[in-house]
Amino acid sequence: MKNFHVAIIGGGIIGSTIAWELSRYKLNTIVFEKGSDVASGTSKANSGVVHSGINSRPTSLKAKFCVEGNQLFQQLSDQLGFSVKFTGKYVIARNNEEIKELKKLKQVGEQNGVPNLEIKTEINEPNVPCEAALWVPTAGIVSPYQMTIAFAENAAINNVEFLLETEVVGIKKQNETFLIKTNKGEFKSNIIVNAAGLNCRSIVSMLEKPDFNIYPCRGEYLILDKNYNNLVSSMIYPIPPREVDVLGVHITPTIEGNILLGPSAEFIEDPEDKKTTKEMMNQLLIEAKKIIPSIPDKGVISAYSGTRCKLASPEEGRWADYRIEESKQTPGLINLLGIESPGLTAAPAIAKYVTELVSKHFDLKEKTGFKVKKQGKRFNELSKEEQSKLIKKDSRWGRIVCRCEHITEKEVIDALSNPLGAKTLSSVKYRCRAGMGRCQGGFCTQHIVRIMEEKFNVDVKDINLKSPESYLFVGRTREVKND
Amino acid sequence: MIEHSVDVAVIGGGPAGLAAAVSARENGAKDALILDRNSWLGGILPQCIHDGFGVEETGISMTGPEYANMYTNAVKKQAIDVWNETMVLEFNKKLEITAVNKKGLHKIKTKSIILAMGCREKTRWNVLIPGDRPSGIFTAGVAQAFINLYNILPGKNVVILGSGDVGLIMARRLKLEGANVLGVVEILPYASGLPRNVVQCLDDYDIPMFLNHTITCIKGRGRLESVTIAQVGKNMNILPETKQEIKCDTLLLSLGLIPENELSKGAGIELDNITGGPVVDQDYMTSISGVFACGNCLQVYDTVDALAVGAKHAGKYAVTWKSKNDGLKVKSGKDVRYVVPQKITKKGTTRFTLRVEKPMQNVTFYVKSGGDEIFKKKLRWVNPANMVEINVDISDKMINSKKDLEVSIDG
Repeated sequence: MKNFHVAIIGGGIIGSTIAWELSRYKLNTIVFEKGSDVASGTSKANSGVVHSGINSRPTSLKAKFCVEGNQLFQQLSDQLGFSVKFTGKYVIARNNEEIKELKKLKQVGEQNGVPNLEIKTEINEPNVPCEAALWVPTAGIVSPYQMTIAFAENAAINNVEFLLETEVVGIKKQNETFLIKTNKGEFKSNIIVNAAGLNCRSIVSMLEKPDFNIYPCRGEYLILDKNYNNLVSSMIYPIPPREVDVLGVHITPTIEGNILLGPSAEFIEDPEDKKTTKEMMNQLLIEAKKIIPSIPDKGVISAYSGTRCKLASPEEGRWADYRIEESKQTPGLINLLGIESPGLTAAPAIAKYVTELVSKHFDLKEKTGFKVKKQGKRFNELSKEEQSKLIKKDSRWGRIVCRCEHITEKEVIDALSNPLGAKTLSSVKYRCRAGMGRCQGGFCTQHIVRIMEEKFNVDVKDINLKSPESYLFVGRTREVKND
Repeated sequence: MIEHSVDVAVIGGGPAGLAAAVSARENGAKDALILDRNSWLGGILPQCIHDGFGVEETGISMTGPEYANMYTNAVKKQAIDVWNETMVLEFNKKLEITAVNKKGLHKIKTKSIILAMGCREKTRWNVLIPGDRPSGIFTAGVAQAFINLYNILPGKNVVILGSGDVGLIMARRLKLEGANVLGVVEILPYASGLPRNVVQCLDDYDIPMFLNHTITCIKGRGRLESVTIAQVGKNMNILPETKQEIKCDTLLLSLGLIPENELSKGAGIELDNITGGPVVDQDYMTSISGVFACGNCLQVYDTVDALAVGAKHAGKYAVTWKSKNDGLKVKSGKDVRYVVPQKITKKGTTRFTLRVEKPMQNVTFYVKSGGDEIFKKKLRWVNPANMVEINVDISDKMINSKKDLEVSIDG
C-alpha cells in the first residue's frame, strides 16, 4: 500500500487549489473525489463571483481570505489560463432606507481593506433603475468549474494523484498514519485534508465526535440566453436580506457571456437534493425583475441549483465564520469546515494557509521542474488569423461540433484527453463548453458520442452524463432485441 | 481567409436548402453553393425513416432518406457545389459569407444568399420543467437520430412530453424497438402534431395520450427514475389532486421547434416574433436585399411538401432580385396566428401560408385590403397543426392604395 504524505478528501475548488499549492513540493499527495470529475458539488453551482470582501464581518477568516484571495486572481489567471474579468459590481439602493445600508456596507468594506469603494447616484447600467449604488470595482467574475479544473489538472501534471468516483467510507488512525478506506481500495496517509464541502461533517465523524453541525442551504439559478447579454455589463446586487446570511438574488454576467439570475436560499435536509422547483423559478424571475424590469420571461436556457455548506442554523444565529484548523483531538486531520461564499474567492488564499499548516508536519522542499499547463483560448475567442493558423496546423480545429457555442472537434478531443481521466459528457461540457448553449446539447451530443466511441474506444453503454449511475443509453438497438 | 465567389449561396443542406438550390439553378443561376454543417446532405431527412414524404409533390409516398435522395440527385444534375462539415459563422449586408471547415476560413462573395438553416427543438428549459437533472432526458429528434442513424437505444421505459409530430413518430419507433412507451403527455386539449400521426403512431399501438396534462417534476439523481404528471385547469394551472408519479427511465421532449436564426440576427435581419423567422415579402426576400429565407428557419412547416414549394419559390426569386421598395403589411386578424409573407411589394397571385389559433369547423377565411374584402374561402375544418394555404390575387390598385392587408377567420 502506497503511503501518501497528504490525502485530500474532496476535489472541489478548495481541494483542487490545495492540491496545486502542495504540488510545488516534494510530497506524495492524493485527492479522493466522490464525483466523476472535480467541481462536482458546490464548486460547480454558484454565481462564479470573485468577491471583493465587502460582505464579510471584519476580522473574520471569511473577510481575510476573501480580500487576500481576490488579489491573487489576476496573476493566477495569467499563469493557468482560466478567465477572470473584473467587471465590478453595484449594490443598488432603491430608497433612503437602503441608502443607509449602502453606507454601512461601504464602511465594512473599508474596514476589511477593500479599495476604491464609492457611493454613486448615477450608475453606468441603463437597464437598472435605482436611487444610489455602491460601486465595488474590485469584484469580478470567473468560471468556477473552469477555474477548479485548471488547478486540478495542473496539480495532476505535477504528480498529484486524483482518484475520481472514489468515496471515502472509513478512516482509522494507526500511530502516525491514517488508514483510509474507499470504494476503490485502502490508502495510507500522514495528513488528511478534509475539503469534503457538504460532507465535511461525515468525514470528521469517522475519526472523532464532531462539535458542529452543517445546515445545507440550497440556491437555485436561472441562466439566460447569450442574446440578452447586453442587459448588464457589471454585477448587480440588492441590499443583502436580513433574515439569512446570503447576498440575495442578484444579476451576474458570466464569463461565457450569459446572464445568471439567483440564487435563492432555502434550508434543506438532504445536501444531495439538487432539484429546481417551479416556485423558486418563478420567484427568481420576480426578484430579478425588481432589479431589471426588462428581464425577458422567455430567455431562460437552463436552470440549476447548488448548495451552501452553512455552519449556522437558520434558527440560532445566522452567521458563522469558516473553520480552518488542525483537529486538536486528531493531530494530522486538517479540517476546512463551512466553506461557503466567498469560498471560491478565498480558495487560493486558503490553499496557501493550509500549506502552512502542512509545513508544520513536513519540511517542505520545492520540486524542480514544476510544470504549468495553461488553458488555451477557445476557438471562438480567437482572431480570424489565429483561427486560420490553427486549422492549418490541425484540421480538426476547422470542424465545429457544437453549433451554438462554436466548439471544435479538436477542443472536444482535448477535453476528453484531460489528465484527470474524467470522461463523462459533463466533463466535456465543463472543459470546452460543448452542450452549454441554447440547444443544450441537442446537436453536439451525437458528435461527442461518436468521438468517444471512435477516438477513445468507449462503449456506448459506458457513456455517462455525470455519475456512474447516469448512463446515457441502454445499448445498441439490435443487442437489446436479442437479450 | 480563402476567397470565393458564387451567384447563389444556400446556407443549410436540408430539404429546404436542396430544393432552393436546385430551383435557383433551374431558374438561371450561373452557379450555386450549398454550405452545410453535417457530413451528409438532407438535414434531418436521413433520420426520418418513416414514409409520407413527397406525396403531394410527386404522388409517391417516400421515406425521408428516399426523399433526400431525390433532391441530392437533382443537386448533382445541376452541378451545384456542396461543402459539407462547413459552419457559416456570419454573413453581412454586402452579401459576403464567412465560413469555416477543415480547409480553413473562407470568405464567400455572393449575389444572393438563401437562408435554409432549419430549426432546433425546444428543450426542458424552454418550458422550465422543475426537478432533478438526471440523464435520460432527450429531445425527440435527438432520440430519433440516436436510434435511426446510430443504432443506439436511449431507454426502455419512455414517457413523451408534448405531442409534436416527431414525438408521435418516436412513440411508434420506440415501441417497434421493444421499449415500453408509457404515454404521451400534452398540456393542450388536442394534439399538436398532425391528426394522421395520432392515428398511425399512437392509436394503432395502444399508446395512451394524456391531454390537458403536463409534467410537474422530474426525479432521478443519476438516471431518470420517474416523472410526475398532473392535469391542468382552464388557466393552465396545475390541479394538485390529479398528480401521479410514473416510473420511467427516459423522457422524450416534443415541445415544438424554434427556427434557427442566430445568423439572421447577427446580420441584422428583421424577425417576426410569432414565426421566429425573418419577415419576408412575396418573393421570400428578407429585410436585407438579396437575402432570402425558406424552410423551417422561415416558419415551421407541417409537411416537407409544403416546405419544398416555398423553398423553390425562394430559389427562383433569388436569381433575379431587385432592391426592395416599401410595400403593404400583411396582418394576422381574428383567430389567425401568423401569415407568411408578412409584406407585399408587387402585384400578382400570392401564396399565403398561415396557421390558425385553435381547432375550428366550418370557417371562412377573409383577406381584406383596408376593410374591403378581396378574398374569401371556406374550409370545413382547420387545426393549428395543419398549415393553411390560400392564393390571393394582388392588384396594382391594392399596392398603390398603401392599405395593409389583413387575414382573418369568421367561423
